[in-house]
Amino acid sequence: MYFGLSEDQIMLQDSVRRFLEAQSELEHVRVYAEGDDALAGQLQNGLMELGVPLVFIPEAQGGLGMGVLEAALIQEMLGRFVAPSAFTPAYGMAVAGLNVGTNADQRNVWLGRIVGGDVVMGVGVTEAVGAREGAGLTLSAGAVSGRASFVMGAETATHFLLAAGDALVIIDRAADGVTETALTTIDKTRKTIMLDLENVTCDVLEGSAQPAVETMINVGRVLLAADSFGAAEMMLQKAVAYAKDREQFNRPIASFQAVKHMCADMAARLEPCRSLLWYAAYAQDNVPEEGPLMACMAKSHISEVGKFIARTATEVHGGMGFTDLMGLHYWFKRIGFNRQLLGGPEKTRHDAAVLQGFSN
Amino acid sequence: MNLDFTLEYQEFRAEVRDFLETHKDSAPRMSDRGVRSEKRRAWQKILLEHGYAARTLPKEYGGHGAAPDALKSRIIAEEFSRAKMPGGISGQGINMLVPTLLELGTEEQKQKYIEPTLTGEMVWCQGYSEPGAGSDLAALRTSAVLEGDHFVVNGQKIWTSTAAQADMIFCLVRTEPDAPKHQGISYLLFSMDTPGIEVRPLMTMTGQAEFNEVFFTDVRVPADQIVGQRGEGWMVANATLTHERGMLGDPDAALSRLNSIAEIMQKETVDGAPLMDNAVFRDRLIALQAEVFAMKFNGMRLTTSATQKKSGGMAGMIVKLQGCELNHRLAELAIDVMGEYGILFEDSPFIRDHGMWQTAYMFDLGLIIGGGSAQIQKNIISERGLEMPREPKVAKK
Repeated sequence: MYFGLSEDQIMLQDSVRRFLEAQSELEHVRVYAEGDDALAGQLQNGLMELGVPLVFIPEAQGGLGMGVLEAALIQEMLGRFVAPSAFTPAYGMAVAGLNVGTNADQRNVWLGRIVGGDVVMGVGVTEAVGAREGAGLTLSAGAVSGRASFVMGAETATHFLLAAGDALVIIDRAADGVTETALTTIDKTRKTIMLDLENVTCDVLEGSAQPAVETMINVGRVLLAADSFGAAEMMLQKAVAYAKDREQFNRPIASFQAVKHMCADMAARLEPCRSLLWYAAYAQDNVPEEGPLMACMAKSHISEVGKFIARTATEVHGGMGFTDLMGLHYWFKRIGFNRQLLGGPEKTRHDAAVLQGFSN
Repeated sequence: MNLDFTLEYQEFRAEVRDFLETHKDSAPRMSDRGVRSEKRRAWQKILLEHGYAARTLPKEYGGHGAAPDALKSRIIAEEFSRAKMPGGISGQGINMLVPTLLELGTEEQKQKYIEPTLTGEMVWCQGYSEPGAGSDLAALRTSAVLEGDHFVVNGQKIWTSTAAQADMIFCLVRTEPDAPKHQGISYLLFSMDTPGIEVRPLMTMTGQAEFNEVFFTDVRVPADQIVGQRGEGWMVANATLTHERGMLGDPDAALSRLNSIAEIMQKETVDGAPLMDNAVFRDRLIALQAEVFAMKFNGMRLTTSATQKKSGGMAGMIVKLQGCELNHRLAELAIDVMGEYGILFEDSPFIRDHGMWQTAYMFDLGLIIGGGSAQIQKNIISERGLEMPREPKVAKK
């Protein structure tokens, strides 16, 4: 028995860390957040060179054939550096959905095009988690209509993989009948949109759509948890560094127990999340009977701990934490964004109860 | 990540299961915790023979002499818990004194004390805390003055569990009153039958006397009953404190509590509906379940670190703080879901689970405070784990 990362997994994570340290500095992220999309493309190219988008794609379709754990380790780094990247929807959730929800031809075609780089997927499964305001898509005679809300991955998507009732469909972003409404969210490092479709031609996937959508949600939950974990870890690190540097009453504020205990509380709550995240990611591929439950556990718990760290780390920074100057809010907002998507803590805990037969 | 066990470990697990099945009639009940229980000592003897107690301790001192293997220790713990059979005798003698003697005791001390401690014949208590020395343990004032070939001990200890039943005490005393506080302490071993020792039970909020106060008046201890050198007692004691913190915050206990609560919530009803149908209680249960899982996986990660002879780092440092707090919150939920039944206490009619929940809720608060309080744990996490500076010392007036 070995509960931990392999040398290869550590190397993979380190290579992504080193790349992002150089490419996703806060100054760059700011430029992106202010509306210059160049960084997203630049990051996309850089990550492509590292092979990152291929990690989770099966070897049969030209990918690297790794698992959700590797994808989570990458996403943790993207969260850590608040990187504007659509990795979770484009190369995590979409790949998971296409693995399960397609017939062999479709799998080869779509995953092949993703490997080739001419297709990048966005995903819309919000309504499969919970449909607000009557949103949802319906399929009729090979065309799809209705609203998909909070579609993820709009920064780089050429196509969208969408849950439409009991079916899973792919549409071209440029197809006739597609109306996009860009949303302004708290998190300026990722792009989310509303999609209104009117008789849009689509490729209906001919696999098991329901399990495919569920797998997309499970993988998405684990990866959002990984993103929050990475962001929270960075916030704690920044809080400790700031407290050591900042002096009041002629001493570093890090020497005051009030401040130390805030940091100790953050560390004590965060550290077990690392093991929960590893296991939840590992379970998706290796302990399938526990996969959905562990995805709920990781998403709900890391969202709660993430929220606690987002506010506490901000408080440790005092007034500066509240300013744009320090930029801490990018991490704060990233954690806040992840919390709401694909089911907030109450929803994911409810799902966990249902999965265990505690509720219906 | 590889959560499969190799053949060697699968066979070992089968061996443990076999042992438990064969000897199930010899095992005392889980609730049999008496330090003088004959049944427990007989069970301990069987466990020692088969290497399920004192497994890695040297054979020459009554141990089993096996190479340390964190995975095998883990398998033993899992299988005993699964079979609902008690493991070997624990307590401060075995958990704290024995490792200390092995590391720092003289050959004579090892020969004399380790084996009878392992068999349960010799029961120990720990004389560390004092009324004026709690978190600031090094401020202890119980004095030991060398007169001829004896130390003469005067002073008072508090929070001394099993003092009334103990044969022996391992005790911190001040032998060098003029030295700086950490350098004036010595570590003595002496019999609780020595004239001049008075033990008074300390009743706590649970209604039981889990602890005692111990008073020393001119207690004469042979000078060779010291572990380490004069003035080195602080260093000797710190070797054992590490062992104590490892004992607290066990994730298996939390998991078994969680499962008991889920069972209560499915079995018991309010207005005819199972408690589990209450969405608020259910949400609290699942939130705690996530934390229990997180601590369980954190424990698995620590087992892996131990098998690789690596420090657990932050993952280890947070166990006492998080584990004790989590257990306390689980007891709190159990009481809340039971409504009015939650207030039943001791041996009341209609009480659930033999009254463990209120007792656990109160006793766990004691565990949060004892064995290095939550606040001291946070100092350790921030200073050793996050490398934040210590609080500046206040100048003496």
